[in-house]
Amino acid sequence: MWEIARKNSRKSMFLLIGMSIILIGFGFVIGMAVEPETGGIMGVIIATALYFILLLVAFTQGKSIMLHMSNAKEVSKSEYQQLYNIVEEMQIASGMAVMPKIYVIDDPAPNAFAAGMSPKNSVVAVTSGLLNMMNRDELQGVVAHEVSHIINRDVRYMTIATIMVASVALLSQFFLRSMFYGGGRSRSNSKGGGKGQIIILVVAVVFAILAPILIRLLYFALSRKREYLADASAARLTRFPLGLASALEKIGGSALDLSGANKTTAPMYIANPLKQKGRKLRNLSSTHPPLEDRIRILKAMGNEYSYANYQQAYSSVTNTKGNIIPSGALAENK
Amino acid sequence: MNYIIGIGIALVIIVWVVIIYNSLVQLLNQVENAWAQIDVQLKRRYDLIPNLLETVKTYMKYESEIFEKITMLRANAMNASSVQEKGNCEGLLTGALGQFKVAVENYPDLKANANFLALQEELASTENKIAFSRQNYNDQVLFYNNKIKMVPSNIIAGMFSFKVKEFFQIDASERMAPKI
Repeated sequence: MWEIARKNSRKSMFLLIGMSIILIGFGFVIGMAVEPETGGIMGVIIATALYFILLLVAFTQGKSIMLHMSNAKEVSKSEYQQLYNIVEEMQIASGMAVMPKIYVIDDPAPNAFAAGMSPKNSVVAVTSGLLNMMNRDELQGVVAHEVSHIINRDVRYMTIATIMVASVALLSQFFLRSMFYGGGRSRSNSKGGGKGQIIILVVAVVFAILAPILIRLLYFALSRKREYLADASAARLTRFPLGLASALEKIGGSALDLSGANKTTAPMYIANPLKQKGRKLRNLSSTHPPLEDRIRILKAMGNEYSYANYQQAYSSVTNTKGNIIPSGALAENK
Repeated sequence: MNYIIGIGIALVIIVWVVIIYNSLVQLLNQVENAWAQIDVQLKRRYDLIPNLLETVKTYMKYESEIFEKITMLRANAMNASSVQEKGNCEGLLTGALGQFKVAVENYPDLKANANFLALQEELASTENKIAFSRQNYNDQVLFYNNKIKMVPSNIIAGMFSFKVKEFFQIDASERMAPKI
């Protein structure tokens, strides 16, 4: 449990560093393309500033933005006794010091998400559709999955990843547009550039087109991995993988789209809230693993619940050799 | 020169001892917190039982045997002192509550009573919380015990007499208690 959280923070750091390098490099190339003499440094400064501003907004306002966009309302124990109890049970099982705040979204589509950058200041939100559809064990599975995102630090991790995608996308759009409208002026200013300048321009355009795509693919792969991991942690927390399996089956059976979700917030949910869009490009560009696979893995675990059991079930269902669970967590017993 | 190296080595050792000592204290605190959490939940169950029995008394007139058994086992569990004794008494109490839940099935009127349903949810959840806090306690004890047995932290643990903690065991029959 704790091992996974620690590994995750280390990975988050690598991601943060990698993201800065990509951003700074990208900023430099774009800057050079616009203004060969001093532009490189300006590009780096602009890219860095943009990155820090977005990161600051995400870290301070991310939770409220997410809650606001999804129209979630905070609820008390007297209104939702069972939901409150289940969240408290999962808080105890995970050894969290502070109980997450509980929000309900008035929407018939069954779904749920977790928010908050640290376990001391977190939120679990579920839709009214989910509450109507699930029995106690299933609801417990869903809540355990969300609490797992919090204790595994996935919210922070995915926010950092989202900002990486957003910064590169913004820079790339900004550059491609300025090329389109103002490119001629800057080229005539720098007469000495010649061939070298044209090469830099071509490189910058290729960068501007490819970087957002590559970063997105990386992001989607990470997001899917976190979902599997949260399923594994949920099985371990509840000691009952079949509860979550049955909940996922019900969620998969519903054809409703969640009205308060969009492309940016979709990865935060337990299952893709935008079903129509999610189905087309299934593998590379989906933020969630196929529900059928997640269900089959959980069912294959039967009455077992350790990380090692999940890894075993994952390998046999997906026919892959790689580890989905960090090796440190596999070693711990039960 | 030599004595500077000596001081340097001594400092490194002191820092190392402090770091390991602090991590042991932290693990011990986590074990104690986890135990306190079990206690909180057990007390909640003791408080809930009289309320529940009071609510169902008028409906379940012919089940006084189960009521008495539960009342007695509750008192025993509340008075138990050692970890092992507590584990045994709580196991028996959970078993008796399981019997009670089966008996409730024969009283359809009861299942329409909102007050009873709320209490039943509270009891079910408290039992889950007992199970989950025990699970968490045992996890923490495992980490702590491993740490004080492993080299090199076992040296520090020996110096400051950190003791091995007991797991909170229950018998297998209780683990299969019927779910509501």
